[in-house]
Amino acid sequence: MPPETPARAVRTLDYTGSERLTMNMGPQHPSAHGVFRAILELEGEQVVGVDAVIGYLHRCHEKLAEHLTYVQYPSIASKTDYVAAMTSELAYVMATEGLAKVEVPKRAQYLRVLVAELQRVASHCLWLGTWCMDMGGALGGGATVFLYCIRERELILDLFEALTGARLLYGFHQIGGVRYDLPEGWAAQCRQTIDLIEQRLLEYEGLLEENAFFHLRTKGVGVITRELAEDVGIGGPLLRGSGVAYDLRRAHPYSSYEDFQFDVPVEPAGDCFARYQVRMVEFRQAIRIVRQILDGLPEGPISSRPGVKSVAQVRVPKGEIFTRVEGPRGEVGCYLIGDGGPKPYRMKWRGASFSNLAVLPHIIPGHSVADVVAIMGSVDPVFGEVDR
Amino acid sequence: MTDLSPAVSALLTGGALLGALLGLLAYVTLLERKFAARLQSRIGPYRVGPHGLLQPIADGVKLLLKEDLVPAAADRTVFNLAPVVFLVPCFLIYATIPFAPGLGVADVNIGVLFFLAVSSMEIVGLFMAGWSSNNKYALLSAMRAVNQIISYDLPFLMAAMVPVLLAGSLRLSEIATAQQGLWFVFYPVIGQLGFVAYVVASVAAENRVPFDILEAESELVAGFRVEYSGMKFAMITLSEYAHVIGTSFLGALLFLGAWSGPGPEWLGPGWFRLKALMMFSLITWVRWSFIRIRVDQILRISWKLLLPLTVLLVMATAIIVVLRGGTGG
Repeated sequence: MPPETPARAVRTLDYTGSERLTMNMGPQHPSAHGVFRAILELEGEQVVGVDAVIGYLHRCHEKLAEHLTYVQYPSIASKTDYVAAMTSELAYVMATEGLAKVEVPKRAQYLRVLVAELQRVASHCLWLGTWCMDMGGALGGGATVFLYCIRERELILDLFEALTGARLLYGFHQIGGVRYDLPEGWAAQCRQTIDLIEQRLLEYEGLLEENAFFHLRTKGVGVITRELAEDVGIGGPLLRGSGVAYDLRRAHPYSSYEDFQFDVPVEPAGDCFARYQVRMVEFRQAIRIVRQILDGLPEGPISSRPGVKSVAQVRVPKGEIFTRVEGPRGEVGCYLIGDGGPKPYRMKWRGASFSNLAVLPHIIPGHSVADVVAIMGSVDPVFGEVDR
Repeated sequence: MTDLSPAVSALLTGGALLGALLGLLAYVTLLERKFAARLQSRIGPYRVGPHGLLQPIADGVKLLLKEDLVPAAADRTVFNLAPVVFLVPCFLIYATIPFAPGLGVADVNIGVLFFLAVSSMEIVGLFMAGWSSNNKYALLSAMRAVNQIISYDLPFLMAAMVPVLLAGSLRLSEIATAQQGLWFVFYPVIGQLGFVAYVVASVAAENRVPFDILEAESELVAGFRVEYSGMKFAMITLSEYAHVIGTSFLGALLFLGAWSGPGPEWLGPGWFRLKALMMFSLITWVRWSFIRIRVDQILRISWKLLLPLTVLLVMATAIIVVLRGGTGG
């Protein structure tokens, strides 16, 4: 347990040559991934205790949801996890559709999967870049990997811009389907992009895995055992990196995921390198799913409630529902209680990053300061989703 | 300059050298930035002057005009003194380097030793900066600095001893002359191993990625210089570049044959600078493609791998020199 604030202020000297140092890492720190604050207890370079403080990016998202109608909120939902906006939109829209018993046409379901998987590639690009920058420094090889990854992420953002007109927060999903159909020539551009990214992935792997220093920094660092992973309730690549073969897309398929062929990568080691391996396979599996959709996109309407603008077009009855989707960082859940009115009575997010972050105090002690940033980067938290 | 007294002559040469050096250093930063930018599929500085050629001057002016902050809780005297203490050894290392036959400030008979001794003095300034800032990041960085510099100065010294043994002299100009026939980097096996060890140890001694744990901006924000701003920051950065370039010159002198090269003799100094810049580019290339390693791993590599290997290398070189029948290239 972290000590209380007064106890921390008094430093005891034991004159054996060792003294504990309390160091504040964040909320403004190059590796805070936003606004994370870790209060580290150090013995020399070794971390003996960590107190994780969150809440610097709290924006009352859940309260906001009670004041916006079911039709208005999806475009705000994308602001929770702004690195994977498509995923959070999907979670909210699916919850509303479940409450209102709205059917989603097949083409819309496929388009939702298409953008979700492209978003996964974009999000993993950002993860790889920032993680390498955490380990390699903004004035070193890490920055090189970061800029390469950002270059590839830009291509996907270009695709999203052509599709929705926005590059970060999309408002693509709406109740009953999606807002926009694929524009002319989009599929060809998408194919080109994913071909290029698939090729570039090999370059990254060459740059990293053929470097002994990368193995030194990642193997055996930040090990999450299978038991710990299940106890804490982490999800996504972290869980699969700890040897648990669980992926919502496979375990509880939604939005027609059962139609697609893909592998769920599992690595038993549980260290940073295992999480890296899992995500590298996920890149390729996401690209594989995108190819399948581009090849077999069914014809038909893109929404069962075309042009839905007013809440009068969507009647949401009284009831409650919890929906989950597999985001790039793990399970994104949305809990919704409707009271029959145009706005939800209560809404609660289950942020993937929030649950994943809970594992940090269990795995950081015993590592050095340098490993703290490597471990944090491998968890890939997005603080919009942690604090909401 | 024969009619001038030795003191005046040394002063003139030193002044001219320092001026040339400052210009070189300013433009080396631009070279590194352009090089890194191309490596990362960027363009790099482009706005100030044609192709960003005036960027170093703009940077200097900007740093000069910045507010000079001293933290309230810092040890003022030590804090203000540290950049100077850091700067002096980083520039003193140039004193013994002969930039062309006969063109140097002091061609002393213990040139290599002087270089190594002075360059390890920079740790004093580093530690002063880290300690006086009264900042935990800076303190951790200063602790790391002492660890690392002590660990890597030994293999650095051992690697530098290989050409010394081959040439049979500590005087830098004699080492350069000994390589007029065969550059020491081309000396079978020993030359290549020595060169690799020299590059690794010098990257570590210069605190550059992958050994930049002192600065480690993703862990310690900026390490020992986290509280420095304005001109003091500029002085620290300039000194670091001076150290890197000085080590590159020494590397070019010890292994790459200094001023030997094709063409007439007056091209010699040009060749020497070119080789030093090649060394610098090599170090920069490493810097921008590797990720940083951890402090304990750095120490392990030094004490368990690099130091024993370089000691063995020096012993092997000594045996070869004796078997070959005495020193001399």
